[in-house]
Amino acid sequence: MQLFNELKNLSAKHIKVNKQASQKVPSGIWIACPKCHQSFYHKDLGQYKVCPNCQYGFRITARQRLNWLVDSFEEIDADLLTDDPLQFPDYQKKLIKSQQLTKLNDSVLTGFAQIQSEKFALGIMDPFFIMGSMGTITGEKLTRLFEKATQKQLPVVLFTASGGARMQEGIFSLMQMAKVSAAVKQHSDAGLLYVVILTDPTTGGVTASFAMQADITLAEPRSLIGFAGKRVIEQTTGQKIPSDLQDAETVLKHGFIDQIVLRSELKNKLKWLLEFHQRRDS
Amino acid sequence: MSGLLDHKKTAAEIVKLARSDDKVSVKFLLTEIFQDFIEFHGDRVYGDDPAIIGGLAYLNQQPVTVISTNKGQTTKEKLASHFGCPEPAGYRKALRLAQQAAKFKRPVIFLVNTAGAYPGRSAEENGQGEAIAKNLYEFSKLPVPIVSIIYGEGGSGGALALACGDRVWMLENSTYSVLSPEGFAAILWKDSSRADQAAEILQLTPEKLLRQQVIEGIIPESHSKYRLVKAIKRVLLQEIDQLQQMTTDELLEKRRMRYRKF
Ligand SMILES: [Zn+2]
Repeated sequence: MQLFNELKNLSAKHIKVNKQASQKVPSGIWIACPKCHQSFYHKDLGQYKVCPNCQYGFRITARQRLNWLVDSFEEIDADLLTDDPLQFPDYQKKLIKSQQLTKLNDSVLTGFAQIQSEKFALGIMDPFFIMGSMGTITGEKLTRLFEKATQKQLPVVLFTASGGARMQEGIFSLMQMAKVSAAVKQHSDAGLLYVVILTDPTTGGVTASFAMQADITLAEPRSLIGFAGKRVIEQTTGQKIPSDLQDAETVLKHGFIDQIVLRSELKNKLKWLLEFHQRRDS
Repeated sequence: MSGLLDHKKTAAEIVKLARSDDKVSVKFLLTEIFQDFIEFHGDRVYGDDPAIIGGLAYLNQQPVTVISTNKGQTTKEKLASHFGCPEPAGYRKALRLAQQAAKFKRPVIFLVNTAGAYPGRSAEENGQGEAIAKNLYEFSKLPVPIVSIIYGEGGSGGALALACGDRVWMLENSTYSVLSPEGFAAILWKDSSRADQAAEILQLTPEKLLRQQVIEGIIPESHSKYRLVKAIKRVLLQEIDQLQQMTTDELLEKRRMRYRKF
């Protein structure tokens, strides 16, 4: 049994057994890297949960990432809940399960953060909240984050992780793409910095909106970044696609990413970039 | 002119009609709604995508930029345009022509009939996500009126990238959804044959979407394609006229609110 697959397929059973399943790696477990397929003793992944062999960053919850990313954090909009606009069967159950697992109201954590003296608006998507899919609350929280950052004249740092649209919210999920994009544009027009860090996986409607609208686009090693799903591409075109087609490294080679940054170096990189953009001729 | 439909069709019936081969063609729309359409090619980056046709035309006496998806008529055309599923070059061409329209203060009209952005290897390599993202980003502040007509399928982000302006109308027999009923059924029930059932849940029909304020209106489809063209033309003229009464600030603020409400 591999921990990675366990995390991916967490069921209600797991949550009952251990409510912090995602935060505690049980001891004595061997973990296989889904990218290079090497196995490691769980402690070898270290605090950043990175493959010692290929540097792939394992999927982590937003709150796990927050733990080592910033020096202070003030969460906002933690109380918003979706209206379930399609009255979709079993959706409420799914939401509750994800809320318990991630300790989030929806698939993104937002707030104001600080790294040393650098203040910024921060969003972290959670790949464990219904696959990080974009619901109306995801879009609302992100829109508010950009709006508030524009008001406060702050840069935005956003970590993306998403399977794409939230199909349980139908067309309302789709509309979030336009809604967030407009807020990003408004923030940019105010002369403010937006840094995005693409993490595993960033796909679908998130790739086709705010993941690709930043001033500076970073990515974690070997993250899956793409628009269409691999299976959909192969079924549509009848052709096998190379296994690395949607790896961050390939996407960088094609010109859509500025730099790939090791997870352990992200905090320093962000601090450097935030500081750099403070220095304006004023 | 919306909502006056005599026989109530099911969502699945509307899906079939939206995809029907009898659907009015882009060539017919371009020549019948507009005068003197001239086509412009290329995204000025990499290529020219036949799944998107764009150029200049007169709508009555008024210069406009028209951009339409194109499913193709012949087998050869259909294959070349991936049955109307645009590649990044198509979205970039659309953006280029829309920005040109803004420079010369012409309204932009989108005619949309696509199952979605093309899912392919080259599309991924050329940044399908980035191309759509850039359109959403730039169109949010494009300082001229943008009116879209969905005249068949409105498939997901690939349609939204051409329908994110000031007004969106749909033909009576057209659809607009976050994913296809087949895709939805495949994910939900691992059974794409339950697409008809999925179509109902998805609420992808013009009537449902009008109620949700996703669109501004529905254009009835009569048996005569000439009458349809007349109706589309009337909507375009009326909407553009209204939008042109606004200052640019008003126009852009109304556009922002149109999406902010979701
Ligand atoms: Zn590895």
